[in-house]
Amino acid sequence: MATAIMHAKDLREKYLVGRNLPTIWCSGCGIGTVISATMRAIERLGLAQQETVFCIGIGCSGYSSRYVNFDATHTLHGRALPVATGMKLANPKLKVIVLTGDGDSMAIGGNHFIHAARRNIDLTTIIFNNGIYGMTGGQYSPATPFGALSTTSPYGMIEGDFDAAKLAIAAGATYVARSSTYHAQQLTDIIAGAITHPGFSVVDALCQCPNHFGRLNKQGTAAAMMRGYRDQCVRVGPTDGTAGEAAGATGESAGATDGGSMPVARVDLDRYEGTGRIPIGLLYKAIRPELTAEYAKVREATEASEA
Amino acid sequence: MTRRLLLGNEAIGEGALAAGVRFFAGYPITPATEIAEFMARRLPAVDGTFIQMEDEIGSMCAVVGASLAGVKAMTASSGPGLSLKQEAIGMAAMQEVPCVVVDVMRVGPSTGMATLPAQQDVMQARWGTHGDRGAIALCPSSVKECFDLAVRAVNLAERFRTPVHLLADAEVGHMREVIDIPERVEIENRRRPTVPAGDPSFQAYAGDADGVPPMADFGAGYLWHAEASTHNARGDLASTDHVAAAALNRRLIDKVNQKAKEITFYSERRLDDAEVVIVSYGVSARGAAEAVEMARAEGIKAGLLTLQTIWPFPAHLIEGLMGEGEAAAKLRPQGGCPKAVLVAELNAGQVVIEVDRAVRGRASVELVGRHDGRILAPADILARIKEVR
Ligand SMILES: Cc1ncc(C[n+]2csc(CCOP(=O)(O)OP(=O)(O)O)c2C)c(N)n1
Ligand code: SF4
Ligand SMILES: [Mg+2]
Repeated sequence: MATAIMHAKDLREKYLVGRNLPTIWCSGCGIGTVISATMRAIERLGLAQQETVFCIGIGCSGYSSRYVNFDATHTLHGRALPVATGMKLANPKLKVIVLTGDGDSMAIGGNHFIHAARRNIDLTTIIFNNGIYGMTGGQYSPATPFGALSTTSPYGMIEGDFDAAKLAIAAGATYVARSSTYHAQQLTDIIAGAITHPGFSVVDALCQCPNHFGRLNKQGTAAAMMRGYRDQCVRVGPTDGTAGEAAGATGESAGATDGGSMPVARVDLDRYEGTGRIPIGLLYKAIRPELTAEYAKVREATEASEA
Repeated sequence: MTRRLLLGNEAIGEGALAAGVRFFAGYPITPATEIAEFMARRLPAVDGTFIQMEDEIGSMCAVVGASLAGVKAMTASSGPGLSLKQEAIGMAAMQEVPCVVVDVMRVGPSTGMATLPAQQDVMQARWGTHGDRGAIALCPSSVKECFDLAVRAVNLAERFRTPVHLLADAEVGHMREVIDIPERVEIENRRRPTVPAGDPSFQAYAGDADGVPPMADFGAGYLWHAEASTHNARGDLASTDHVAAAALNRRLIDKVNQKAKEITFYSERRLDDAEVVIVSYGVSARGAAEAVEMARAEGIKAGLLTLQTIWPFPAHLIEGLMGEGEAAAKLRPQGGCPKAVLVAELNAGQVVIEVDRAVRGRASVELVGRHDGRILAPADILARIKEVR
């Protein structure tokens, strides 16, 4: 792993499309923080720029297609994951990173999300989770907290919300982690861990939308919203490669590192149910058969039997 | 050359493999499922990939992703599935990603008659996805044509960087015929950029002389953006740029429609002196061919134009049928206009709209259609020939 820290300016020059800068995001928006954490992770891992590709959904985070200096496809609302699935299967050498919103991944693209997880295909999915539909002007999403205001829940949200991490784990994802724009260093660490993990990885990146969620719910400035993440989030479990701070719960290692299906890290998420606290860090990790590797075996077997 | 007894759907699979398709994503649906099953069996042995996705739009998206990675890709479904794919077909058209979309048509609307043939998706193939673009659709009427047109569909997709529809129907897809499969078929590959990766002059969406931009595989180092939003020639998202939008839409339409003649495939039977001409395609053309022979046996001058290309609609062929334009030399060497044109199709009137528009009042144009899951019997068509002659 390359460890030298790159200056923001150099990072920008290498990984962003200069002619399209500055970005169009509102001031204080959290999306840029998640993008730079992603670029830092890529730099740290020393990934080849031409073999790293982005599949991007539709939403405010989707606008990153203008900026990432990689092969990238800006797809349809909810459909980045099936595009990524086809791309990864067609060329497993590519590192495929999916950028998606909370609505993009869990509402319109919810079916693709659970099936990509079930297949355990080696994709890295970063959910820009702002708990709202930013792009279309602040309607509620499947991640809008109960009671929260949005333009389509003007009397308060009365539907339950999805916890992206729980959903991913239940559906079969083998690397599930969460962090926030306040915890930019940890966010970079878990994105790096997600990219490295040979299976379907999900990073639930909490990122503020001051323009809609913040304003409608009177949460103050972007800085205040980030302080909210600081106060609400508890670090649990190990950040991949580093020890967890174990506030309230630890990543319990089941000890199975032999390629079996037992998780190698698992945080008891139910413990945080109804506490108002949000566990962040590596929440779940397991090694299970990965789709492209399994398909390679099918190819070998059929080619051998044809020969 | 090998002689094989094949199902139409299997011949579509064989044709696709012969043309170089190495990725298939689909979702089971009657009467198209045999294509997915065929691909699931055969693709891994040729270093290809098959996946059964969670639905049809997912399948369509996976095909686009695979093609972006540089692999020729296909999906297959029937009407309900084609409906679900539509948004992603538009994405393929907008991002200019070559791929083939097979639709083995069954009776609709909605779930309709799952096992029975129809030709009701002709307009869906043309206009089903939102926005303007040129569309390509081919239509086989025999097992042999299933093979041949599958090859052509793959080649056209690569040539024009666009999704190409192969519109079969339940009857042709489930028909068994003996066909000769050639050792080798003519293969067309997408043009790759001539400038090396990293060249600052590279513009992902600058259509060259014929409006089709060369295409780099993802992973080849060009670092380009396949953009489904309106974009400029560089591929930069430009969703409020009116000039970029006008140029892009124009190019997406013209690169296909201005090549209509190159994309036109057809066959004809006894047209030169025909007073009643049948225009048909797919399974309906088989009944029409027989009806023409029956009519001729009774001394009625009937002829048949079988369209293998439905989109872009070959209006120049209809012009030729009217004894005018370039195609007249082939279709109507003695010139002259037939008295009547009958369009035989399994729907309530789709291709007939285009034919009527091209005939422009020079002959009477009528539909011989049905949409009840039965195919058109030669006797039914013959009866109509007698009515209009
Ligand atoms: C098929 C379709 N339906 C609706 C839309 C409109 N739309 C664009 S973005 C969006 C919601 C985005 O919310 P989210 O995924 O949370 O992303 P954010 O903007 O918050 O980053 C919607 C509904 C669309 N583009 N396509
Ligand atoms: S609307 Fe919200 S999510 Fe979108 S750019 Fe503005 S702050 Fe960010
Ligand atoms: Mg959102």
